Amino acid sequence: MAIFMTILQRLTYAALLLIAVLVLNFTMMNLAPGDVADTIAASMGGADAELMDKIRAEYGLDQPFIVQLGAYIGRVLSFDLGYSYFYNAPVTELIFERLPATLLLVIAAQVLALVIGVLLGVFSARHPNGVANYFVTLFALFGYAAPVFWTGILLLIGFSLKIPLFPVAGMSDVTIEGGFFVKALDIAHHMVLPVITLGSIFLALYSRLSRASMLEVLGSDYVRTAKAKGLSPREVTLKHALKNALPPVVTLAGLQFSAVISGAVLVETVFSWPGLGQLALTSILARDTPTILGILFFSALVVIIGNLLTDLVMRMIDPRVRGRA
Amino acid sequence: MTEPLLKIENLRIELALRSGQAPVIDDLSLELRPGETLSFVGESGCGKSMTALAIMGLLPEKVGSIAGGRILFDGRDMAQMNDAQLRSIRGNEISMIFQEPMTSLNPVYTVGEQIAEVLRRHKGMSKQAAWARAIELLDAVRIPNAKSRVSDYPHQMSGGQRQRVMIAIALACAPKILIADEPTTALDVTVQAQIFDLLRDLGRETGTAIILITHDMGAVSEMADRMVVMYAGRKAEDGPVAPVISHPRHPYTKGLISCVPHLLAKLTEQRPDLTEVPGIVPALASFGADACLFASRCDMADDKCRSSRPPEVAFGEQHSACWKADQL
Repeated sequence: MAIFMTILQRLTYAALLLIAVLVLNFTMMNLAPGDVADTIAASMGGADAELMDKIRAEYGLDQPFIVQLGAYIGRVLSFDLGYSYFYNAPVTELIFERLPATLLLVIAAQVLALVIGVLLGVFSARHPNGVANYFVTLFALFGYAAPVFWTGILLLIGFSLKIPLFPVAGMSDVTIEGGFFVKALDIAHHMVLPVITLGSIFLALYSRLSRASMLEVLGSDYVRTAKAKGLSPREVTLKHALKNALPPVVTLAGLQFSAVISGAVLVETVFSWPGLGQLALTSILARDTPTILGILFFSALVVIIGNLLTDLVMRMIDPRVRGRA
Repeated sequence: MTEPLLKIENLRIELALRSGQAPVIDDLSLELRPGETLSFVGESGCGKSMTALAIMGLLPEKVGSIAGGRILFDGRDMAQMNDAQLRSIRGNEISMIFQEPMTSLNPVYTVGEQIAEVLRRHKGMSKQAAWARAIELLDAVRIPNAKSRVSDYPHQMSGGQRQRVMIAIALACAPKILIADEPTTALDVTVQAQIFDLLRDLGRETGTAIILITHDMGAVSEMADRMVVMYAGRKAEDGPVAPVISHPRHPYTKGLISCVPHLLAKLTEQRPDLTEVPGIVPALASFGADACLFASRCDMADDKCRSSRPPEVAFGEQHSACWKADQL
C-alpha cells in the first residue's frame, strides 16, 4: 500500500512541476525577441507594419501576455500543443513522429553507459592497482572532456569512411525490405555509432562514480562478514558489495537523464538522426514557438518520468528508503 | 590432555608499511582445545584481532601476511592453504562475529537471507530448507517472533538483536571454533550480559570452542577457561583463568587486572589499588626489537629487560614471558 501512496504523491508533485515548467517555458519564449510574424514576413520577402499587425492578430499574438499564457496552459491541459505554422502540422503529431527515435537513442545510450560504466567501475575497484584501473581513469577523463560532436565526427570518419562498418547517417535504410526482424537489425546497425557517441560521456561519469562507491563498500564491515562466511570473491563482490554501491550511481543516472537528452540534440545533428533534437534545431531557427514549447514540454515530461523511475529503482535496491514516506 | 583443536606455532604476521615490513605478531604460540573458551586479552593494537583474522585467513589483502609459523587446525596447516580451501572452512568449521553489530550485517538483504546463505553455501541446503533452518536459528539465539522477524532487514533491529543474528549466522553450520572479536563492546551493559549468556549456553550446547577477544576482565573471568594475555604482538602470559587472575606472573597482566574497578567498594571510599598502566603501546616499527616491549611502562624493568627478549617460563600450566616472573 505504502508504495502506491508514494507513487500517488510523486505523481502529484510531477503534475505541479509540469505546470511550473509550462509557465516558465512560455514566459521565456515571450521574452525572446522576434516571433512567428517576423518569420512569415521574412519568408514573404518583407511586409509593412499593417500586415504584421494583421498576422499577429490572426495568431492571437496581440493579446496581453497573461491572456496568451492562460490560453496556452488551457490548450496543453486538453492535450493540444498547438499548430506549427512552419511545418503546417499539429505539434503533437510532429513530436510523436520523432519522439520514438530520440527515446530509442537516449535509453540505449543510458543503458549502455550504466551497464558498461558499472562493470568497469566494479572491475577497477577490485583491482585498484591493475592496468584496468588506469585504463578506466584515462577513459573517464577522455569521455568526460571530449565534446560529443567531436567524438561523433571522429567515429564517423573512423568507422564509416575509413573503415566502412557503419552507415554515415539516418536511422534506417529505405532500400531494405523485409520483416520486423530485418528492419530492427537495420535500425540497430544505424544506432551503433550515435549510441556510443552519446553514451561515452555518461559511461565515463558512471564508471568513475561506481569505482569510488565500490571501493568504499568493499572496505565495509558487512563485506568482511560476507568473506567470513566463506563466500567466493564473486559472490562477495556482485551480491554483497555491488547492491550497496549502486544507489549513488542510480541517483546520478537519474539526475543526468536531462543531460543525456540535451546531449542527444547534438548527436542527432551530427548523425542526421530523425529525432526531436533535429526538430528542435530547425524550429528554433524558424522561430516556430509552438513547436519549441512542445519539445520543451516533452523533454520535461521525459525527465520527470526518468526521476520517478529513479525513485522506484532506489526503493527496490535499498529497503531503508522504503521505510521513509 | 586432549589433542588441541587449533594449534598456533611460532606465528609471525607482518604488515607492509611505507617503511617496509613490520611484524605485528611475533613468535606467538597457543593452543585451543575442543569445547573450551579461550580468551585473548590486551589493549587495542596488541594484535588480538590480527591473530583472529589470520586464523580466518582474512588478513587485509596485500597489507598483512603470514611470514612464518603454522596454524594447525585438525592437523592441517591453514597458513599453507589456498583461498578455496580456506573458504570451505570459513563460516563452516571456523566462524567469527565482530565488534560492530550495527554495520556487520548487509543492509540490503533480510536477516533470514543472510543466515540461509551460509547454509546453502556450506551445507548444500535447498532454499526452503535453509530458510526454515534460519527461523530455528533465530529462535535459538532468543529473538522473539522468529517466524516474522526472519524477513526483517537489519535496520529494523536493535544492536543487541543484530549481534544475535550475527551469532546465528556464525553458529549456523555448527562450527568447531567460534571467534568472537569484542562482541559486546558496542552494546549497552544489560545487553552485554545477555550476549555473553547466549554465547556461553550455545557454546556448551553445541560443543563449539570459543575464542573470546575482549578487554573486559570481568567477562574473561566469567566466560573463559583459559586466557592469553597479549602485548605488542607477543604473548605476555597465558594459562587457566583462575591462577592467572589470582596470581599474575607478568606485570602487564597485573596492571590490566588492577585497572578493573569493583562495585563492592563504597562510592566514597578511596581505592589505592585501582591504578592505570602508564604510557602507551610502543610504535609498530619497534615490535621486532630484541627486548621486553613492556619495559618502558614497567616499574620493575632493568637493563636486562631493555636489552634482550624474555623467554617463556612455566609455572604449572601458566606461562609468562618476563625476566622477573619468579619475583611476582
